Amino acid sequence: MNQLPHQILRYYSPQPLLSRPGVMFREMFCDLWGGRELAWRLFLRDVSAQYRQSYLGYLWAFLPPLISSLTFVFLNMQGLFTIGQTGLPYAAFAMIGALLWQVFVDALNAPVNALLQARSMLAKINFPRESILVAGMAMVLFNFLVRLVLLLGVLIYFHVKPNSGLLFFPVTIIGLILLGTACGLAVAPIGALYGDVARAIPLITSFWMLLTPVVYPARTIGLAGWLATWNPVSPMIMIARQSLTGQELTHLGPFLYVFFASLLVLLIGWMGFRIAMPHLIARMGG
Amino acid sequence: MSEQVSINSSSLHGSASTVKGDVLVRAENIGKIFCRDFKKSLLYGVCDALHEFFPFPHAKESLPSSGIMLRPSEFWANREISFEVRRGECLGLIGRNGAGKTTLLRMLNGLIKPDSGFIEVRGRVGAIIALGAGFNPVLTGRENVYVNGSLLGLSKKEIDGKIDDIIEFAEIGEFIDSPVQSYSSGMQVRLGFAVATAMDPDVLILDEVLAVGDLSFRSKCLKRIGQISRNSAILFVSHELGHVTRICDRVLLLERGVPHFYGATDEGLSTYQKLVSSEVMESEAPELHPAIDYFRPLTPEGGGLTETGGVLCIHFEICSREEIPVGSCNLFFMSHQRIIEGQADFSSCLSAIPKGHSRISMKIPRVDLAAGHYLVNVQIFAKGGREVVVHSFGSTRVHVIGPQRVWCGYRMPVERVDLVPYSDR
Repeated sequence: MNQLPHQILRYYSPQPLLSRPGVMFREMFCDLWGGRELAWRLFLRDVSAQYRQSYLGYLWAFLPPLISSLTFVFLNMQGLFTIGQTGLPYAAFAMIGALLWQVFVDALNAPVNALLQARSMLAKINFPRESILVAGMAMVLFNFLVRLVLLLGVLIYFHVKPNSGLLFFPVTIIGLILLGTACGLAVAPIGALYGDVARAIPLITSFWMLLTPVVYPARTIGLAGWLATWNPVSPMIMIARQSLTGQELTHLGPFLYVFFASLLVLLIGWMGFRIAMPHLIARMGG
Repeated sequence: MSEQVSINSSSLHGSASTVKGDVLVRAENIGKIFCRDFKKSLLYGVCDALHEFFPFPHAKESLPSSGIMLRPSEFWANREISFEVRRGECLGLIGRNGAGKTTLLRMLNGLIKPDSGFIEVRGRVGAIIALGAGFNPVLTGRENVYVNGSLLGLSKKEIDGKIDDIIEFAEIGEFIDSPVQSYSSGMQVRLGFAVATAMDPDVLILDEVLAVGDLSFRSKCLKRIGQISRNSAILFVSHELGHVTRICDRVLLLERGVPHFYGATDEGLSTYQKLVSSEVMESEAPELHPAIDYFRPLTPEGGGLTETGGVLCIHFEICSREEIPVGSCNLFFMSHQRIIEGQADFSSCLSAIPKGHSRISMKIPRVDLAAGHYLVNVQIFAKGGREVVVHSFGSTRVHVIGPQRVWCGYRMPVERVDLVPYSDR
């Protein structure tokens, strides 16, 4: 948007954007490209403001996954429930799982949070709206990289030896972020209008975590087995953990399906985001 | 599309006589619907957004605004607005609070979609719909300048080249490296304006930017706007009519979302003043002595009329149940901004309000007020005290006609001007 030549003509009318899909797609990608610098700025702003007014600072990046996994480690040590074969020390298994799950949760929350945070800006300034989404995704990635320190610590402490599968690990992280963002973006327009969405997300994710093989290995039978196959996050988490710890990649097929399905949902969600934007701004105010 | 360009007969002269460049902003019959009920508004928003996923011809855009059915609780926040602004021109948007000015600007900036008509905007758009939007309180001023600059479409290199100017214009000094939350509101506003105007836009949208900031900063802003206006099309919203006269070539007066006047600035401001003063008159009842039954003006509909330096006659009707001796009696002439511009003392001509029904007529032989609309404030106090007999705010109106542009105030005569050339230089 900022790179447009002077004679660019903008036309606003009640016509739906989709009635001229060619124009819409061109504008979408133009804005994505034009907003890159802004996205970077917003990202830097968010990073530097993130923990500025906090005493513990970056410790907050580690705490949620650490606490949730340690809860399960504790319960398991006390023999309150038994876990099947994990192929790793359970503490390492649970912590890696929780760290990966956090990536998904962050990505899921990113679009709604970005919209709510940028509310006053959106109501007053016209800028490539994509940049707030991109900045949100970059933020998720950044926070993951911070947590990678903890992840490496866990790997070293428990003597986990990765193999060549490690090369696939970045792809799985991108997959997790894509899936989370796609789901988040699908509900973001409603979330901008109704506070119900922002309230429901933590509730749903804590329950969803238990339905996903995060702190326990995937089953093959029963409801848990069905969930391991049909819960889209399951193959992402499993493949990510397997590639990191040098295990055999057991659910590569479903992983790829989910990966490409996320891309598709993301594109549709993006279109919806653009279409809904003027309506959201008109209704939610500054 | 209906030809709605001319609202008032005089509006044609505005666009015809001031052709300066290409049309950068064109609005044709635009309208916007809002909803009074918040819950319904959210629901309609979801419905409208979902509706757009079916790209079949809508009933809406093919219809004129009169053909669109409103849902329950909806109303037109803007309706049938048409205008154009060329490069080098400045259009002032005036109107009372809630007349739909900001809604219109938000549509022009593409933030919200019109519900009827269409808008064309050419070139780079700079808009200050609210100053300092996007300032993050935790970040320093410098960091915020970069964020805000890129929000407004500047690249990092461009900002690097302009940051010194921005800091200097905003008069921030060394505070630029302190967090914005420690700034005073005036500092934030100065920084916001400095960033927004540093980008050399083709179209500049300014929404009450001068309402905040001290006097010296305001005059600096006006100067900066004047510089920019040579090369861009400006849409300017202000309640400060002096600024509008100074900057705008034409004005669009909105009243309840509908254009009330579109044309020359002087005439538009005069219409606006009349609109506001009639509102004030309706809203305030006079404060009266307990023995007085009523007090009302006896001036023709629309108030008294005179010209600068002319004679003014004002008549009132009063009914009192007893005789009230009076002390100080004054007429105050106020501009619509409630600034007293002139005063007429008639204490010496009136000693008491008689019992019964009577008429007070007074003649002011010379009205030294500049052209404009004035509200007349009547103050009569009882003799020897501060007891109010009549205190009527805006009881009547006076329209002063004169050669000067719309600018209320006392007018001093100039007796003579001598031009003495220095022959030795």
